[in-house]
Amino acid sequence: MLPISQLDVANLASIRGERVLFRDLSFSALAGRPLCIEGANGAGKTTLLRILAGFLSPSAGTIRLRMKDGGGTADADLRGPYIGFIGHREALKSQLTARENLAFYAALYRAAGDLDAALAWAGLARVADLPAQYLSAGQKKRVGLARLRLCARPLWLLDEPLAALDHAGKALVTAMIAEHCAGGGIAIVATHEWLDLDCAQLRLGLA
Amino acid sequence: MSAFVALLGRDIRLAFRAGGGAMLALAFFIVMAALIPLGIGPDLKLLAKVAGGVVWSAALLAALLSLDRLFQADYEDGSLDLIALSPLPLEAASFAKIAAHWLTTGLPLTVVSPLLGLLYGLPPAAYPALVLSLLIGTPAISAIGAVGASLTLPVRRGGLILPLLVLPLVTPALIFGAGAISAALNGLSNGAFGLLCAFSFVAVIVSPFITAFAVRPNLAG
Repeated sequence: MLPISQLDVANLASIRGERVLFRDLSFSALAGRPLCIEGANGAGKTTLLRILAGFLSPSAGTIRLRMKDGGGTADADLRGPYIGFIGHREALKSQLTARENLAFYAALYRAAGDLDAALAWAGLARVADLPAQYLSAGQKKRVGLARLRLCARPLWLLDEPLAALDHAGKALVTAMIAEHCAGGGIAIVATHEWLDLDCAQLRLGLA
Repeated sequence: MSAFVALLGRDIRLAFRAGGGAMLALAFFIVMAALIPLGIGPDLKLLAKVAGGVVWSAALLAALLSLDRLFQADYEDGSLDLIALSPLPLEAASFAKIAAHWLTTGLPLTVVSPLLGLLYGLPPAAYPALVLSLLIGTPAISAIGAVGASLTLPVRRGGLILPLLVLPLVTPALIFGAGAISAALNGLSNGAFGLLCAFSFVAVIVSPFITAFAVRPNLAG
């Protein structure tokens, strides 16, 4: 079982310049149940995920990661090692093959999993040795999914994980989120599309 | 350690793939250093005298060619986010990128520099100084260049500002490096080597920390 139990967000605010994206945002993401973040374009979904990931400091509020053993941390730097992240950029090097890209992240994250199995799982076995620049948008996304699965971090922050994927790919994402949460992981998913899962909802309105 | 090696290996591999800067920097270095004797003419005495300064200037400019992409490429494609979340501290990641840049530019330049010494009619006694000064001094170019690359990260076309920012900061390497070569040429010892070692050492130790500090705010987005 994974060591984390929940992520508590209290009175979070993001103010960029004059613009208030959100304020007084409080919610908890529990292990075992995915949290879907919804909101119109520009509502601050990506910003919220980047704050949770620790890339961006919130203007106000606290984020606390709670552990099963009762401990916890509100420090963004200590939260980092638990986070598996998919952003809207693919984070692939176009000159390297899908396999090389994945092998790099596996080594960087000290992941022990089987590279070939991860590629096959993502449906990339046939294109694994093509440079990433020849992959379609959906295939690039699948490399990201394979990375997420391989790196096995307990707290997933996914920004539009369904974008560019075909039906099978979307089913793959849904299944992997379900599996991750069933195994005691936390998944926070920002998406415009309907996720065929029992999830908690968070709506970001325009403030 | 394995994460460090992974990043180092990836950057070295990228430098030699299509669009990487390694071969470009080397070609630029050779062409630039080879052009100047054509302009000056066959005055061997004069050529030997200017060799140190010219080779060092060419090395500086060649190393700068690929520096602007040091963090920019990872920033644009989102890799920097994932490097930041990895077990590797950003300081160590910066050091890995500096090391990869040096191994793919500074080191190859150092290796071919004796060939350029031939073009300048450098006396045999000056070759060790030429090679050693580049070997010791070029890591400082990569290290200080990384600081410049991290500071210009959010700037579009930052590659144009980068030389203005970095070149003044690396002038000590140029002065001590060329100075060490001319000292060897004249059979003197002037302490330039010691100063070059000290400068390079401090630059390589300190730069990863400044670089990481400058890269971090750019993760915001």
